Amino acid sequence: MAENTEAQGAAAADHGEGGGLVFHPLDQFIVEPLFGDGPIRWYTITNVTFWMAITVLCIVALLVWGTRGRAQVPSRSQSVAELAYGFVYKMVEDVSGKDGVKYFPYIFTLFLFIVFANFLGLIPTAFTTTSHIAVTAVLALAVFLTVTVLGFVLNGSKFLGLFWVSSAPLALRPILAIIELISYFVRPVSHSVRLAGNLMAGHAVIKVFAGFAAVATIAPISVLAITAIYGLEVLVAFIQAYVFTILTCVYLKDALHPSH
Amino acid sequence: MEGDIANMGQFIGAGLAGIGSGAAAIGVGHVAGNFLAGALRNPSAAASQTATLFIGIAFAEALGIFSFLVALLLMFAV
Repeated sequence: MAENTEAQGAAAADHGEGGGLVFHPLDQFIVEPLFGDGPIRWYTITNVTFWMAITVLCIVALLVWGTRGRAQVPSRSQSVAELAYGFVYKMVEDVSGKDGVKYFPYIFTLFLFIVFANFLGLIPTAFTTTSHIAVTAVLALAVFLTVTVLGFVLNGSKFLGLFWVSSAPLALRPILAIIELISYFVRPVSHSVRLAGNLMAGHAVIKVFAGFAAVATIAPISVLAITAIYGLEVLVAFIQAYVFTILTCVYLKDALHPSH
Repeated sequence: MEGDIANMGQFIGAGLAGIGSGAAAIGVGHVAGNFLAGALRNPSAAASQTATLFIGIAFAEALGIFSFLVALLLMFAV
């Protein structure tokens, strides 16, 4: 099937104008080694790991190098770091409550990593690491395991009260328990697919319009559309990081106070 | 010939999965519209509820993203 589509794409490209896309919109997500083209092992430096390393370096640069002055009147970079800190701190406090503040460092790490990965992915020719479900699934599974273990450690068997809706009529409770149980285990799936899917869809749409730019008559419309969608993607990059973080806070709240 | 029919099924299925995106758009619009309606009645309470707004939008949007995923799987993975 894959070769088939590629052959069709190549055939379409040969036809020139109006013959379909010159390149495939999902080609930008191919993982390949940066040096050489051997098989990919766990230690191979690929474009994914390279851009994740840049993400981490940017965060370190902002938080360590940016705030090195520790000034009473903050410099520009220190203001940005303080704003990010205050923003996430308030979010954790508002959503998870006072008990959740203990887990603020983890949530702040998640937020910074996702927001930086999303924004770095918007640089032309950069690789969007968070558009891969493999990357976001690790983040979401880590949250899921943390929250589940934390819930059982802090509340013991009372954590199962999350599934036993005590405010519902007794006859309905087993049915609700099954629904709650399913929705609990779908959490890591939707948590990761939401982030990866949003970014992948946005970047693929940009590439589709970039493909239309090859046809001279609709090229201006295509350029305008790319500009507009790029603006939307800047918004989406932040909102998806925000949503991922706030859902982590909601799940954390469930672990800390499981009663319905 | 058989391969063509299978391909046709894939493309039709992927196109049908696209309906899910429209449904998710209705859902997201519903959430945002109702939030705006509530916020205009009581603007002082609106700021404290933006987190709830984004959670609601995220839940509605996730299902649309699932349909996008189904379309992608049909196109490239089957």
